[in-house]
Amino acid sequence: METRNDTVLKNEMEITFDAISVNEAFARVAVAAFVTPLNPTMEEISDIKTAVSEAVTNAIIHGYDVEYDRGRRREEKNQVYLHCTIEDDVLEVEVKDTGKGIENIEQAMEPLYTTKPELDRSGMGFAFMEAFMDDLEVESAPGWGTVVVMKKKLGTTSWLEPEE
Amino acid sequence: MFVLFFYNKLTFGGMDMDENFKVIENYLMVRMPEEVDHHKSVYISKTADDYIMREGVGNVVFDFEDTRFMDSSGIGIIIGRYKKISYFGGKVFAVNADTRIKRTLMICGLHKVIEIME
Repeated sequence: METRNDTVLKNEMEITFDAISVNEAFARVAVAAFVTPLNPTMEEISDIKTAVSEAVTNAIIHGYDVEYDRGRRREEKNQVYLHCTIEDDVLEVEVKDTGKGIENIEQAMEPLYTTKPELDRSGMGFAFMEAFMDDLEVESAPGWGTVVVMKKKLGTTSWLEPEE
Repeated sequence: MFVLFFYNKLTFGGMDMDENFKVIENYLMVRMPEEVDHHKSVYISKTADDYIMREGVGNVVFDFEDTRFMDSSGIGIIIGRYKKISYFGGKVFAVNADTRIKRTLMICGLHKVIEIME
């Protein structure tokens, strides 16, 4: 028998994957699929995918960079943890790595600031996360890793694309 | 310099050809993939640079017709190529970008340094 308890949607998921670049696409598609019960618009899905892609890419190329790789203990695997929750119409995405961490978070979050210009990084990662999500929190400890928590409330944009 | 240029012309046949990269006169046309992220950007940047060096093209055109997703790695590709060719007075163009890609480009202020066209 079906009960009417689905007025407030609560859902949670967690994925752990290797810190390799093919998983960037996997991570953003997984979050996009997870959020479908909330009937997001194309715009919202696109925003979420971009933000997740930025966070996961950061973890892979900055958290576990070559420098960190050289110094780490061999038996450890470089992995990225992705934890998502839906509560009512709010999506929360947490992306965590146990890599080298960020020395100066404020500086790292500045638009166009990058530590890897040689890899063609634009320095826009955190700026994009801020622009496309409603809330962004970054915590980091050098040598321990970084946690990025992003929140987005869905159903705030209209279904119709605005005219240009 | 000139000899090197012709030498490169001759040996170009030995390089892996990618149908997403095309040289038309002084322009390198790059057809961007459906999803532009860090994973794909490494290859695109490297291959575009190879073409720019070997063919000696002055301008680069990025075609976003097939592109449905792009993150800041795409911005990195464009800025990187822009830095390389603008030394020699070259220009970068973005064509066929949909609303969302355009928005991504505008957030970074790229419309001030490259030409965004239909």
